[in-house]
Amino acid sequence: MTSKISRRAFLKGSITAAGSVVATTGIAKAAKSITHTKKEPLATLLDISKCIGCEECVFACKESNANKYPNPKKPFPKMYPTRVPVEDWSDKRDVTDRLTPYNWLFIQHASATVNGEEIELTIPRRCMHCDNPPCVKLCPWGALKQEENGLSRIDSNICLGGSKCKKACPWDVPQRQTGTGLYLDLLPALAGNGAMFKCDRCYNKLEKGEVPACIEACPEDVQTIGPRSEILKKAHALAKEMGGYIYGEHENGGTSTIYVSPVPFEQLSNSIEKGKGKPHLNKVKDMMADGTNLAKAMIVAPIAGLAAAFGKFYLSSKEDK
Amino acid sequence: MRTTGKTRKYIYSITLFFIALSGFAQMPVFKRYYIADIPGLGWLAKFYMTHIMHYIAAIVLIAFVIYVLFDFILNKSGLNTITRIGYFKILVLAGLIVSGLLMVVKNLPNIYFNHNAIIFLDLFHLSFCMILLGVSFYALVKKKSWVS
Repeated sequence: MTSKISRRAFLKGSITAAGSVVATTGIAKAAKSITHTKKEPLATLLDISKCIGCEECVFACKESNANKYPNPKKPFPKMYPTRVPVEDWSDKRDVTDRLTPYNWLFIQHASATVNGEEIELTIPRRCMHCDNPPCVKLCPWGALKQEENGLSRIDSNICLGGSKCKKACPWDVPQRQTGTGLYLDLLPALAGNGAMFKCDRCYNKLEKGEVPACIEACPEDVQTIGPRSEILKKAHALAKEMGGYIYGEHENGGTSTIYVSPVPFEQLSNSIEKGKGKPHLNKVKDMMADGTNLAKAMIVAPIAGLAAAFGKFYLSSKEDK
Repeated sequence: MRTTGKTRKYIYSITLFFIALSGFAQMPVFKRYYIADIPGLGWLAKFYMTHIMHYIAAIVLIAFVIYVLFDFILNKSGLNTITRIGYFKILVLAGLIVSGLLMVVKNLPNIYFNHNAIIFLDLFHLSFCMILLGVSFYALVKKKSWVS
């Protein structure tokens, strides 16, 4: 039986009065916790069981970040070779069902069976803000940065739009807009292709001790922000309480976006619509692990060189005698 | 085993070739310009693979440079044997290695470099590479050696 638990209608009605009080209290607590912990990275906890898919967070994100969105110049410069794709979202700014340069957060829909009953779940999706973000670490121009509070963001004034960050991202999160950014002032025909855009976890609001727009706007208190260790504790307690599952704690070596769901994430990942701008919920290995291990091995390199030089010297001295 | 000058030259040239190739592959250019479409070169468009290759080539290069440096010191070859172009290449190579090592540190987990520092490191590293390749090509054409 499909009881489309229309949590949206039910919950939205029942929380209208109490919601604002709870949310305000929650936000006040969150704001307090983020100002107290500048050194420990911040993480967000997303309780999927609470999300009603109302898209309040999506529109709050759009409104709060509108000044960061690209305003490309048209016509775009001709790019060579012709295989270079033009990616233009500037006429589709209202799209909210996937990630775009103008939509950094969207709601994914999943169906799942809990206790024999089919339910619909809605999942806010955006950048996971990895602990060791490949997008930041592998950008050849340093156009991305990771801040000590754990967020990673793109400096769209420096980004050349090569889209390497998107290819390096296990969830293909960053999205490209052609016709904007630094490449226009360099060699627009031969190098670069716009700039990349993604959630920056409202770094400007965090700097002021405020919480990100999506958290502030949520009528259901789906998201909680705080020091990562505390968020993980809360996530585990919540998962235990609901007999649920956690996503984001170990994915790609750990992220600052921790989802808790009453349904296994394999089931959710099978159910959600995936594709361009619609990330999966699969397990992700630590993409930077091999590089980190080789970096450690690099310490051996000078020792090996030194040993070889002394070995050769010792042998030639022995020969001379 | 005695390492001859010729063997050294081969090791250095092959390492320099692979470190430069995997280094340029850090930029998304090989796919754009069809080079990764050439059979056998598809890996040039795989960023994690070229990242690993670059690190491996860096390990070989650092080990080799330290070996040559200490071999030179232990043999008391004398600083006056190094040519002007040799000194220049040593300086550029040192800049390349130091900037590269800092970038390796930057890529470790829980390491936060200043954003401007990252941009400068990227630019310095690329510049040192371009200069080294240019000087090496010049030295090859003009048949100029590291030592006299």
